Amino acid sequence: MAVQTVANTADATGSTTPAPDLGPAAALSCRECGERFPLGPIFACVSCFGPLEVAYELPAGGPEELRRRIEAGPKNIWRYAPLLPVPADVAGKPSLNPGFTQLVQADNLARELGVTGGLYIKDDSGNPTHSFKDRVVAIAVEAARAFGFTTLSCSSTGNLAGAVGAAAARAGFRSCVFIPHDLEQGKVVMAAVYGGELVGIEGTYDDVNRFCSELIGDPLGEGWGFVNVNLRPYYGEGSKTLAYEICEQLGWRLPDQIVIPIASGSQLTKIDKGLQELIKLGLVEDRPYKIFGAQAEGCSPVSAAYKAGHDVVRPVKPDTIAKSLAIGNPADGPYVLDIARRTGGAVEDVTDGQIVDAIKLLARTEGIFAETAGGVTVGVTRKLIENGVLDPALTTVVLNTGDGLKTLDAVAPTSGPTATIRPSLEAFRAAGLATD
Amino acid sequence: MSVTVRIPTILRTYTDGRSEVPAEGTTLAEVIADLEKNHAGIAARVLDDAGKLRRFVNVYVNDDDVRFEQGLETATPDGAGVSIIPAVAGG
Ligand SMILES: Cc1ncc(COP(=O)(O)O)c(C=O)c1O
Ligand SMILES: [Zn+2]
Repeated sequence: MAVQTVANTADATGSTTPAPDLGPAAALSCRECGERFPLGPIFACVSCFGPLEVAYELPAGGPEELRRRIEAGPKNIWRYAPLLPVPADVAGKPSLNPGFTQLVQADNLARELGVTGGLYIKDDSGNPTHSFKDRVVAIAVEAARAFGFTTLSCSSTGNLAGAVGAAAARAGFRSCVFIPHDLEQGKVVMAAVYGGELVGIEGTYDDVNRFCSELIGDPLGEGWGFVNVNLRPYYGEGSKTLAYEICEQLGWRLPDQIVIPIASGSQLTKIDKGLQELIKLGLVEDRPYKIFGAQAEGCSPVSAAYKAGHDVVRPVKPDTIAKSLAIGNPADGPYVLDIARRTGGAVEDVTDGQIVDAIKLLARTEGIFAETAGGVTVGVTRKLIENGVLDPALTTVVLNTGDGLKTLDAVAPTSGPTATIRPSLEAFRAAGLATD
Repeated sequence: MSVTVRIPTILRTYTDGRSEVPAEGTTLAEVIADLEKNHAGIAARVLDDAGKLRRFVNVYVNDDDVRFEQGLETATPDGAGVSIIPAVAGG
């Protein structure tokens, strides 16, 4: 993973500015053709449009030393600073300090699903704004600082908007975020309450995304850091911390199988990148692992491509209660297909009804209230076991990436008081609730 | 048919920095061929070796993603706006 060191970045006028301090990040590299570029707020390869990714000068010293350094670090994503595009003193900067969320050993759910090899829920609803997006945003904020942006922005299905609003408030940026106009109220309120600008766009997420991409190329967007557009290469690295944490929490061991929700496919792609890095660094033993992608049937372009044996993803117009996963044109879809096939995993989808059932199953068995995206991963896990695709005898990690309080509407119609009674012992007895 | 093509930042070296350029053609394929005439090299950036749209580029004719339409054979009516946009991730 050695790269040539890029000392300076040339700007449009040909003058040079010092390279931004992004720690071990050394350059950007095209995931498609390998072409390299100096670190900067760019996201697509000039030759082939492929996505740019951060390439590193990885830490000197062996795995033992690195493991000690990580374990001595703070109980948040900054413990992995030596593997992320952030300055060495990042832990001292104003940040929401996300990460190191619980890896819950889900024995009750395992019994219910017939998993015998160990089942874990990586519960990212425990992050500061209650979704995994705090991880990606925290890294993008450091890039925004390094490149001198003053406004933080994003196109969002809701969770990212909340994460950007909160992180901007803490770090002292102006924020202005864009969402489809018809999101769940929980997400709209969370995106608005931190006091930044919030713009509802009349259209789907894909329309929002297109609008933001055009804003980036226009003088109107000058000085704006869009965490998932021009800061995307840095943003994406935040998802690697999920891979690092899962392995560390398993005692520096790879799980056999991971089930990951897919919207754009970025999270899944970067979790795979994180696992590969741990293997290369010698932090975990090199063993096979399988990655499974999960979608909602009402927005399942990647699952459809997987089942049809295609290596390109044909976009769809989404219609599902899983709005956080409602991206009809997933940019990293082709990589999800590659990874599922390379690792021996699969991509599957579940109906809205199965999503609701799965949310309630997880809540009933483990006391974890997932948002619809978590219902998608749990539902897909159940379906993959029933179809004999996911091996119940192997160690399995299922991601819950967001909090059920954000999507109350999904379960509200079927969740309420078991009984409503007068405040009297008589009424209580009559309701049949006493234990005998 | 005369259309306006919106050029992403990474292709503006071919258009002298301009973010919008005019082009002619009744289909997207013809529009790209016409762009190539005036801005040599641009077609090879948008199309792969097989002459198909690259997989990480999104093209819209007016508001429609051409993958929902007829791809390179999508009609480009007079006065249409064509946008070329790199794929983005996130959410
Ligand atoms: C809760 C939740 N889980 C998962 C995802 C999927 O992430 P990605 O777009 O990286 O595939 C999103 C949003 O995009 C989300 O909001
Ligand atoms: Zn490239």
